[in-house]
Amino acid sequence: MLELKNVMVNYGVIPALKSISFKVEEGEIVTLIGANGAGKSTILKAICGLIKLKGGAITYQGDTISGMGAHLIIRRGISQVPEGRGIFANLTVEENLGLGAYVRKDKAEINRNLKVVYDRFPRLFERRKQVGGTLSGGEQQMLAIGRALMAAPKLLLLDEPSMGLAPLVVKEIFKIIKEINQTGTTILLVEQNARMALSVANRGYVMETGQIISHGTARELRDNEDVKKAYLGH
Amino acid sequence: MEHLARFTLNYRNKAVSLVFMILLALIPLFIANDYYIHVLITLGLFIILSLSLNLVSGYTGQLSIGHAAFYGIGAYVTALLMLKLNLSFLVAIPIGGLVTAFFGLLLGLPTMRLAGDYLAIVTLGFGEIVRLVLLNWDKVTRGPMGLPGIPAPELGSYVFMSKIPYYYTVFIIVLITVATMRRIVNSGFGLSLIAISQDELAAEAVGINTLRCKIISFIISAFFAGIAGGFFAVYISFVSPDSFTFMDSIMVLEMVVLGGLASIPGSIIGAVVLGLIPEILRFMAEYRMLIFGALMVVIVIFKPDGFWSAKKRMRNAIMKDLAARKMIDTKTVSPRGEYIEGA
Repeated sequence: MLELKNVMVNYGVIPALKSISFKVEEGEIVTLIGANGAGKSTILKAICGLIKLKGGAITYQGDTISGMGAHLIIRRGISQVPEGRGIFANLTVEENLGLGAYVRKDKAEINRNLKVVYDRFPRLFERRKQVGGTLSGGEQQMLAIGRALMAAPKLLLLDEPSMGLAPLVVKEIFKIIKEINQTGTTILLVEQNARMALSVANRGYVMETGQIISHGTARELRDNEDVKKAYLGH
Repeated sequence: MEHLARFTLNYRNKAVSLVFMILLALIPLFIANDYYIHVLITLGLFIILSLSLNLVSGYTGQLSIGHAAFYGIGAYVTALLMLKLNLSFLVAIPIGGLVTAFFGLLLGLPTMRLAGDYLAIVTLGFGEIVRLVLLNWDKVTRGPMGLPGIPAPELGSYVFMSKIPYYYTVFIIVLITVATMRRIVNSGFGLSLIAISQDELAAEAVGINTLRCKIISFIISAFFAGIAGGFFAVYISFVSPDSFTFMDSIMVLEMVVLGGLASIPGSIIGAVVLGLIPEILRFMAEYRMLIFGALMVVIVIFKPDGFWSAKKRMRNAIMKDLAARKMIDTKTVSPRGEYIEGA
């Protein structure tokens, strides 16, 4: 479904991504794990068209999407939950969700979608007239995910959904991620919380300083001694 | 006229604003004093300027402190067209606006990639460049001596002699500006501008072409500032670089901020209040700017969101728009706020 081939990104003269290649197949949950500054979020930004590639190519459903504008990429069904959630703090929950459907025109579909999001996040329904900035961290994360779902994505990119949340809330969020996947949305998940990420993912890639240093199924990575030592705290 | 009446200052109560507008339209019949009419005309100019800046700095959230440059470009282009080509003001002012809009595009293309302080610095620089060009391009602008003798406007055989026709001209331009701005901010495009002002990255992530939206808002803003400049040139019949300084840019920004960011009534109120204070304080001669400064401080302390806080209004507008664009079905929510299952 999504393939990155030798993708390179520089911040100024500093290489942030050094020839990244990986694949996400339809229906999968794939996770990118790694420490701060490994380049995980940069990959998501590159996929969405929020930053320019220095080299390589990104293909999605057979078409090259690298070099296209972010607003065009989202129309193809790739939706991102940005790092730090990025909700519109002065707009209400419902307005945030409405903006998530910005690129869609079909009213009936959008309303059905809104109902699905409210059913999945009853909390958001309770607070739909409240402005986004007054929600708790977990609720804001739900709102960010809900907003991304309003675009009816085929591929959902999640950037650190566990960031700054209490362990119990993290668990809930990951349960929801799994459920979203089961309804047919492919997921690419960027996480520092490797244990949680590997517990829901099918496959994973481990990143370090702009490179992928190992990959495998989630089980393989959980059992990998290096990964254990570096990210799982054994 | 019925068409114009639809675009009212206060959209909560159309009848009240209609009466208000008729009163405004009748003012010249009651007030024969030229000075009062002059002040009203100036207020009209300020309203156009603050509304135009409000689109960029209020709704789109891009701090621009070089607005007087657009005002100046519009004024000079209109003045030159009328002096050198003998064009009618009806043609010269719109062309002035279009040329200014083109400068808005030129400035917007490179600068709209910048944010916050950087954008402010570049727009400040732009304002100074324009002022210095006007000051030094002797052959065209006559430098500090300015361009005097801009002919009085003519409509057929009717020549603008008193201040009253100018009053009606600016009145009509204000109405057009208000109507256009309302259309824009209540449209889907306006919604994307508000989203950009809230969180640009998130706006991009939901699929808004943020660069394009910002540049368009900049162009529209420049256009209306240029129109205001054109009218100013025609009205005063003289333009010089002194009228388009950094202080003028700041003054307009103050009107927008004190009126209430991202609010059309706010910008109007801001323009009226800040336009009137120096006039009311005129009897204090050189002390008046001192008092003006103190008043500004007081206003900021007691009304930090501006006279007409926009937050709630902005949301209403957005809800209306989302419903209009069929993004949110208000029918799925009952009047009591309950979610209707299966709706």
